[in-house]
Amino acid sequence: MPAVDEILEGKDICICAGSGGVGKTTTSAAIAAGMAARGLRVCVLTIDPAKRLADSLGLRELGNEASRVDPELFEQHGIEMKGELWAMMLDAKATFDELVARQAPGEESRDRVLNNRIYQQISNALAGSQEYMAMEKLFELHTSGRFDLLVLDTPPTRNALDFLDAPKRLTQFIEGRSLRVFMKPTGLAAKVAGRGASVALSVFKRIVGFDLLADLAEFFNAFSGMVDGFQARAKRVNSLLADPHTCFLVVCGPQGEPIDEAVYFHRKLVEAKLPFGGVIVNKVHYPAEHLRGDGADLEGALGEKLGDEDLAGRVAENFAGYQALAERDARNIEHLAKELRTKGVIRVPYLDEDVHDLGGLAEINRYLFASSERRIEIAAGRA
Amino acid sequence: MTARFSCHSSKLLGITPIPELLDKRLVFVTGKGGVGKTTVAVALGLHAAEEGKRTIVCEVSSQENASRIFDHTEVGFHEVEMAENLWSISIDPDESMREYVLLQLKVRAMRDMLFRSRIFSYLAAATPGLKELVTIGKIWELAQFDRKVKSGRKYDLVIVDAPATGHGIGFLQTPRTFAAIARVGPIHSQAQQLDRLITDQEHTGTAIVALPEEMPVNETAALESELRREVGVAVDRIYLNGLYPERFSKEEAERLAELADGENGSVRAAARAAVSEHGRARSQRAQLARLRRRVEAPVKTLPFLFEPELGVEAAHTLAKRLG
Repeated sequence: MPAVDEILEGKDICICAGSGGVGKTTTSAAIAAGMAARGLRVCVLTIDPAKRLADSLGLRELGNEASRVDPELFEQHGIEMKGELWAMMLDAKATFDELVARQAPGEESRDRVLNNRIYQQISNALAGSQEYMAMEKLFELHTSGRFDLLVLDTPPTRNALDFLDAPKRLTQFIEGRSLRVFMKPTGLAAKVAGRGASVALSVFKRIVGFDLLADLAEFFNAFSGMVDGFQARAKRVNSLLADPHTCFLVVCGPQGEPIDEAVYFHRKLVEAKLPFGGVIVNKVHYPAEHLRGDGADLEGALGEKLGDEDLAGRVAENFAGYQALAERDARNIEHLAKELRTKGVIRVPYLDEDVHDLGGLAEINRYLFASSERRIEIAAGRA
Repeated sequence: MTARFSCHSSKLLGITPIPELLDKRLVFVTGKGGVGKTTVAVALGLHAAEEGKRTIVCEVSSQENASRIFDHTEVGFHEVEMAENLWSISIDPDESMREYVLLQLKVRAMRDMLFRSRIFSYLAAATPGLKELVTIGKIWELAQFDRKVKSGRKYDLVIVDAPATGHGIGFLQTPRTFAAIARVGPIHSQAQQLDRLITDQEHTGTAIVALPEEMPVNETAALESELRREVGVAVDRIYLNGLYPERFSKEEAERLAELADGENGSVRAAARAAVSEHGRARSQRAQLARLRRRVEAPVKTLPFLFEPELGVEAAHTLAKRLG
């Protein structure tokens, strides 16, 4: 398995994707820090990271702009920083507002959109708008050419698939071409469209109330001047995602469920013809083969060495539990590698402490940026 | 339908009741992704079912994790019996929408005509929060003694495996938000009714599932206060899942560290594993203490289960520890 720096050789964009709770934010930050340490100018885009990680990167009180992580922080942890690490916390609402401001033909139409209640809801809460805005920001930063590498920590979607569909869903939503016709106050269009549509409209009105329908109509009218701009931009965002200089890394955990999700997500990437780079499995109990005991006499051997049978029993019991998990992880990862038809699985062990500072990121990077032989040696405590 | 296991009377022994939480009609189980929310929701369901309550566990994210625990084929938008007194349903928003509109219109043919109309589906999809609203509407319907759907079963308890945090607060907030968007009309008053259901402490409870790690603890504390501030929901209980046993004392860990340094092979590996375990157990206890300091709801701990895959057995083990 190549190390992360080999996978990312010549790439402009690295997108870390996976389901929630698998350590995606930490992995993204570690990759960005590692690549920056190797001499690149890197920016990591993250959404709502845990506060201590944010603090450790100097991300406190940060708006929707990239800011540089103080190189001295790295020195304090004994990390040589040859490049630059920048980080930003994405504000989806602010990004959406900026986008509207850029696309609006004039101030009046911009304000009509920004003040619309439906817009205020979707820019905050519509499923997919966060994902769409993450990619929008990615596109903007990429176009600016300020960085050698952008690392995107994708939002924690319920389903990894949501993230890939987000731009499409949102543009479809905003387009609303067929709908705008019916929303025209004259009602003429509704007549043309036939009885079925007007019945549907009146039933919908009966259910949600006239008020909401009027707001929706106003929203689509206000947005009408921007539809083409949005579409063109979404198209460019999509081609950026499919570009060979972009790389998707799938992040997962070693349990059955996250592994299945990683397999599913990989399949979706392939179907969408998006460039898959590799898979990172976090919190692995490993390697089982190096931990397999010599069988029944372990407890006896421990008892002899420790002179305490009770303690020896507990150590053996603990070890048996650990081995069972290590074997499960090995099985699951083997299944993953087979499904993905790759040997390219990077395993990061379950560390003794959870990671929330630059020191922890450096610890993770010992695995992400090491050859596989080296990774096993480190985990087995031989390096 | 096959029940994968039966409920033996011996299982009833040793179960301590949870009056505050499971005596309510409706319980939302929420938390960050990957913390074991589904397992805890199912365990709560098993616990209540074994106490004799007719219980249904609802999934709303269409991932069918609960049926997976029971090795069951997908349940879909049906109430399927998983064990004695325990049912499961996967609430699909589109199906909920169809059902809701039918209940409103009362005429199936008219409903079907409506759903064939592109404009209706488009409007329904374009209205922010409508899908979540009808999903919560379905949960409300399940919790009625006087069910709206024909020949609907009566449940004593409805447990909801709610979407992960981030979406989580948004989900419970939907009725409130929606009542504000739709200022008039039938859906406005229905949204208000659902908001009252969610904030009704006597009948509705909320539990957060967390892990003993830095980030999940922070997120749990933030979620609890957001729920209180933004939705008006007081969290009843926090389950800290996956807590390691404290197998070794500090002195023992030090001895084992020394042993690991001087040994080779499996003795060394076992000693190292023990030292790691000790370190994790300690840092987990520190996170538990942090969590208790930062939240108002009582925190209950659930043990880490050294089982390769969490299935029915794990849910049973946890069910017994929920007291």
